[in-house]
Amino acid sequence: MINKKVANVTEAMQGVKDDMTLMLGGFGLCGIPENAINNLVKLNVKGLTCISNNAGVDDFGLGLLLHKRQIKKMISSYVGENEEFERQMLSGELEVELVPQGTLVERCRAAQSGFPAFFTPAGYGTEVAEGKEIREFNGKMYVLEKAFEADFAFVKAWKGDAAGNLIFKGTARNFNPAMCGSAKITVAEVEELVPVGSLDPNQIHIPGIFIQRIFQGENYEKRIEQLTVRKRA
Amino acid sequence: MLDKIGIAKRIAQEVQDGYYVNLGIGIPTLVANYVRDDIEVEFQSENGILGMGPFPYEGEEDADLINAGKQTITALPGASFFDSSLSFSMIRGQHVDLTILGAMEVSEEGDIANWKIPGKMVKGMGGAMDLVASAQNIIVAMMHTNKEGESKLLKKCSLPLTGVGCVKKIVTNLAVLEVTEDGFKLLERAPGISVDDIINATEGKLIVEGDIPEMVI
Repeated sequence: MINKKVANVTEAMQGVKDDMTLMLGGFGLCGIPENAINNLVKLNVKGLTCISNNAGVDDFGLGLLLHKRQIKKMISSYVGENEEFERQMLSGELEVELVPQGTLVERCRAAQSGFPAFFTPAGYGTEVAEGKEIREFNGKMYVLEKAFEADFAFVKAWKGDAAGNLIFKGTARNFNPAMCGSAKITVAEVEELVPVGSLDPNQIHIPGIFIQRIFQGENYEKRIEQLTVRKRA
Repeated sequence: MLDKIGIAKRIAQEVQDGYYVNLGIGIPTLVANYVRDDIEVEFQSENGILGMGPFPYEGEEDADLINAGKQTITALPGASFFDSSLSFSMIRGQHVDLTILGAMEVSEEGDIANWKIPGKMVKGMGGAMDLVASAQNIIVAMMHTNKEGESKLLKKCSLPLTGVGCVKKIVTNLAVLEVTEDGFKLLERAPGISVDDIINATEGKLIVEGDIPEMVI
C-alpha cells in the first residue's frame, strides 16, 4: 500500500501558490471540497484560475474566494446565484470562460486520460465554437476542445482510505471523479477516512493511483442551495 | 390560453412508455408531475442521477441528493448515481430519448437561444448546449411571446445561439408546433385561441394546413 495520507488540510495544501490553475469538484454547493476552499481563503493566494462547474454563492464555496478577489479567471458552465460574481464579471475585474457542462467535464477527463483534445457536437454554430477547429464526421459537425492543464485538483469524497481509494455519495459525485488525476497534484478530502482494507474493492469509484494526497476533512457544513420539500399527505 | 401548468400537462402527453427523459429548469421540471402513471419513465438529471423521484418529505432532505436545478430530490427504486462524465455520455451518446427545455427564442429552422442576453444576463449555458447538440427529440416549453408581447418564434434568433437546427417541437401557451423544413407547422391550438391569434403572435414562417384542432388537456 502506497500511503497518500497527510495529517491535515495545511499539509495537503503544500505548494499552492499565487497564479496557479486549480480544479475544484462539486455541482452547485453539492460535493464541493469545503476544507480546501476554506484553506485557500486562509492562505490568501491570489491570481487564481479556477475550473469548477459553478462559482458558489456569495458567502459559501468559491464565493468566499471571489469576495477576497483571489480569483483572476473562472472556467465554469453556470455561474448564476452569485451577485458578487456578476458584479466582478460585468465590471471586467474577473475573466470568465463559459464552457458547456459536458465539454467542461470532458476537458477534465481528457487531462486525466491522456487525450490532448476531443471533438464534441456541443456548441457547434454558437459563440463557444468561435476560433476552434470544426470537423465533420458522418454528416454531423463537431468542435475540437482541448484538455485542461491544471496545477492542483481539489476533490471531495464520502469515504476514502490512506491508499487514496475513494467512494462518493449520491449526486455529490458529479465533477469530482473526472478531476482525480487531471492536475499535477490531486488532493482528496473525505468525510470518513477509513482503515485500509475496509473498503470493498468492488465498490471503489476512484482508485488511489489518481490521488497524491488524502486527508480527513472537518466541520462539513454541506449547505443546501435550494431546499425543496413536499408535505406528508 | 394555457398557463405554465397547462404547457407542462400538454408536454407530458408526449412522454412515452420506456422513455429516459431529461427535464430542464422551469416549466420542463413541472412535466414530471403530469406523466401518465400507467407508463414507465425514468428522469435523468445531468448532475448525476437516473431515476429521479419527487421532492423529499420535510426533514428527509439530503444535501448530497439534488437535481441540476440544485433542488433537493429523492431517488426512486432502481435509481442510479454517476459522475458528470458518464451523465454527458448518456446525453451526447443519444441514450436519453427526450429532452424538454425552455427557450428565449426559437427560429423557424429549429435554432434555439436560451442562455445569454448580452450585457444583461450572463449565467452560463450549463448543460443546455450538450443537450441540444445531441438529443434526437427536443421539445421546447415556452411562452409564445415575451413580456413586451414580441414573438419568440422567429425567422432568425436575435440572441446568442445555444444550438442550431435542433428543436423538433414547441409547446407554448397558444399552440403546439412542429419545426419542419418549411417552417413552424401548426398542429394544435390552445383552448380559446384562434388560428389568427397564433398567426399574429408568430414572426417566423407559420404553416397552417386544414382545420387545426384544439388541444385536449
